[in-house]
Amino acid sequence: MLLGIIAFLVLFTLPIWYSQITGDADAEPVREKPEGHCVESADYMRANHMDLLDTWRNEVVRGADRAYYPSDKQYLNDGEPWDKSLTDTCLEQCHTNKSDFCDACHSYVDVRPDCWDCHNIVEGD
Amino acid sequence: MEVSRRDFLKLAGVASAGAVVTATSGGLLAGCSPLKGMENEALNDTNLGMLFIPSRCDYEDGCRDCIDACHGKHNVPDHENEKHEIKWIWKTEFHSAFPAYHENDILNEKMHHAPFMVMCNHCANPACVRVCPTQATFRRKDGVVLMDYHRCIGCRFCVAACPYGARSFNFKDPRKGLDENEIHDNFPTRTKGVVEKCNFCSERDIHGQFGPKKLPYCVEACMNHKGVEHQESALVFGDLDNEGSDINAVLKKAPELGLIPLRRNEGAGTNPKVYYLV
Amino acid sequence: MIEKVFNGGRLYWGWLTVCAVLFAAGAILYVDQLWNGLQITGMSRDVSWGFYLANFTFFVGVAASGVMLVLPYYLHDQKEFGKIVILGEFLAIVACAMCITFVTIDLGRPDRLVNLFLHPTLNSILFFDIVVLTGYLLINLIVGWSVLDSEKKGEKPRRFIKPLIYLSIPWAASIHTVTAFIYAGLAARPFWLSAIMAPRFLATAFAAGPALLIIICLILRKYSDFDPGKIAIKKLSTIVTYATIAGFFFLLCEFFTAYYSGGPHHTTTWKYLMFGEGGSGLQPYMWAVLIMTASAIALMVYPKTRYRYDTLAVACFLIFFSTWIDKGLLLVIPGFIPNPLGEFTQYWPTAKEFVITFGVWGLGFLVLTLLYKIAVSVKLEVGDQEIEH
Repeated sequence: MLLGIIAFLVLFTLPIWYSQITGDADAEPVREKPEGHCVESADYMRANHMDLLDTWRNEVVRGADRAYYPSDKQYLNDGEPWDKSLTDTCLEQCHTNKSDFCDACHSYVDVRPDCWDCHNIVEGD
Repeated sequence: MEVSRRDFLKLAGVASAGAVVTATSGGLLAGCSPLKGMENEALNDTNLGMLFIPSRCDYEDGCRDCIDACHGKHNVPDHENEKHEIKWIWKTEFHSAFPAYHENDILNEKMHHAPFMVMCNHCANPACVRVCPTQATFRRKDGVVLMDYHRCIGCRFCVAACPYGARSFNFKDPRKGLDENEIHDNFPTRTKGVVEKCNFCSERDIHGQFGPKKLPYCVEACMNHKGVEHQESALVFGDLDNEGSDINAVLKKAPELGLIPLRRNEGAGTNPKVYYLV
Repeated sequence: MIEKVFNGGRLYWGWLTVCAVLFAAGAILYVDQLWNGLQITGMSRDVSWGFYLANFTFFVGVAASGVMLVLPYYLHDQKEFGKIVILGEFLAIVACAMCITFVTIDLGRPDRLVNLFLHPTLNSILFFDIVVLTGYLLINLIVGWSVLDSEKKGEKPRRFIKPLIYLSIPWAASIHTVTAFIYAGLAARPFWLSAIMAPRFLATAFAAGPALLIIICLILRKYSDFDPGKIAIKKLSTIVTYATIAGFFFLLCEFFTAYYSGGPHHTTTWKYLMFGEGGSGLQPYMWAVLIMTASAIALMVYPKTRYRYDTLAVACFLIFFSTWIDKGLLLVIPGFIPNPLGEFTQYWPTAKEFVITFGVWGLGFLVLTLLYKIAVSVKLEVGDQEIEH
């Protein structure tokens, strides 16, 4: 009975200690930072990029509203609004290397977004 | 505390039912409007439509430019199988575009050799929008009837409801019908299991928010093929509510040219926005 | 009560195995469909709804047949139905579950099923259909289980059951009507755009459902100690007779409107169905249905053949089978032929489509058998006690 409880605890906490043992835990992904600046701050994007993309999708597809005005003026596109487009704005202009940029973090946290079933990878990766 | 198996199951059942009801009412209360929170002044008064003039079309001379442009830029697959065909714009005969005139021999004789390009009519009273259970297809304020491919569950009720046969369902992975090297990166492909159709090229800047207004690819291709301006093309696009638009200019000229503007399947009550000058 | 499913003879276990094997085969092929898409079916750009939804349409009818026992028993005090009302309710549950399954396997993106609840759309009939089907399933589940449980304990049924039972009667009519409205509200499909769709659906449902119940009662009578009662079967057969006649009459009404009015919109599809104009395929089935229904009506109208169990069984089988073909194949498919451009595209289910469909049947009949085992075991245990309501 006690053995069973111990075995359960070991297995249950596997995600916590396994990567420490195999050494993968230290491999925080190094991302290539492209030139220029993003539509928002890095911290904001790290926490909210999926939310931002969802909002963009609804506003563009359902509202035909393509112009994005960042909350902080310093992130404007040379004083102009950005075009709300994953492909045309994010991928084509800056994050052209999907494996170095998007995949590095996603594989690390084992997230598999299915965006790529439809959204095409631009040339350059 | 002793809980019998049956009581536990009953509790679990009630809890899950409660969760579903909450989610659904949440969805209802949050507003079923597909345009929640996205008001854009510029779009409020547009009523986009299309005009096709068979007498100007060079299809019989082998021109396929509008189809190639549309299908190419939108990554519409070619599965080489009529059962699973996906088409956004295609050519048909008069009696297929206007089956109500089926028994009018005189008209059919006259129109026999005229090409008719057909596509989604972006109706003002669309049957497809009425039946969609998730609002994956919806009518936008600018008059375009659009698909949200993220939301479509592939029930094909819209396909059944469309009186024009304009919609295509992806029976298999569309990327299997596309040449890897020819995929147009700036527009997504779709996945198997969703319905797609003409979108009046709304991915382009058709309202001129970032520069001069762009036209749908089919219209541009026709203009380039014939080497003419928009108003002389076989396909004319624009805001039907705007007195000064190109499409209204051509429609006004129609009586002079001895042509009348017909719409497909008027009896369906959908108020389509694609006109044919015959 | 669930433990009752474990006592059974060789025939019982044999039948369960057959159902389980059918279900397993269907499930495996469904994985193929999930992986490769609906291309494995016979559906096409023009005929975009096929065998799955044909079966869905038919089983919605079977589901509503539960009310054909509930109504006379609870509303009109026809005590003879007392023994078999539970069978009707359990059949309704299984039929509803099969319907929901058929709709789900027909979806292109079943992984997005939850969108139906996240984005409810009140103008969409399909949304309402899911709501009423789920509701009817729950009502019957609660009522059936609770009443059976009370019977086992020798108690009166719980008080909250009565209003639920009364609710289930109009609700049963609604599941049909809503399903008929899916088809009858589409201006794009003149074959379906008829006010008589909903009445036709109701009539054929009240014929096919009770016909299946009669067959099940006769089987139970033969292979177990459970006797549904001669009068109950007699009354059920009367219901089936009138419902079949009504359904047949409505079909003839459709013929009249189509042929007498002469408009191409109305006649083209009927000509395709009856005479194969535009492509052969379905007309043998159309004529088979007409002959089977007419024969069944002849058998049922004549009292001698209606009361003899062997001829009754044949008639009920004919009715069930011909309604399945008619409501399924001959209603859903021809709606798409010709397409809105007047073009004819043929449809026939593929082998895989058949296997997946019969897989759902297997699952349904498996659950139905288990539920009936419980019901019959309880009834036999308790005996013929009359419980006051």
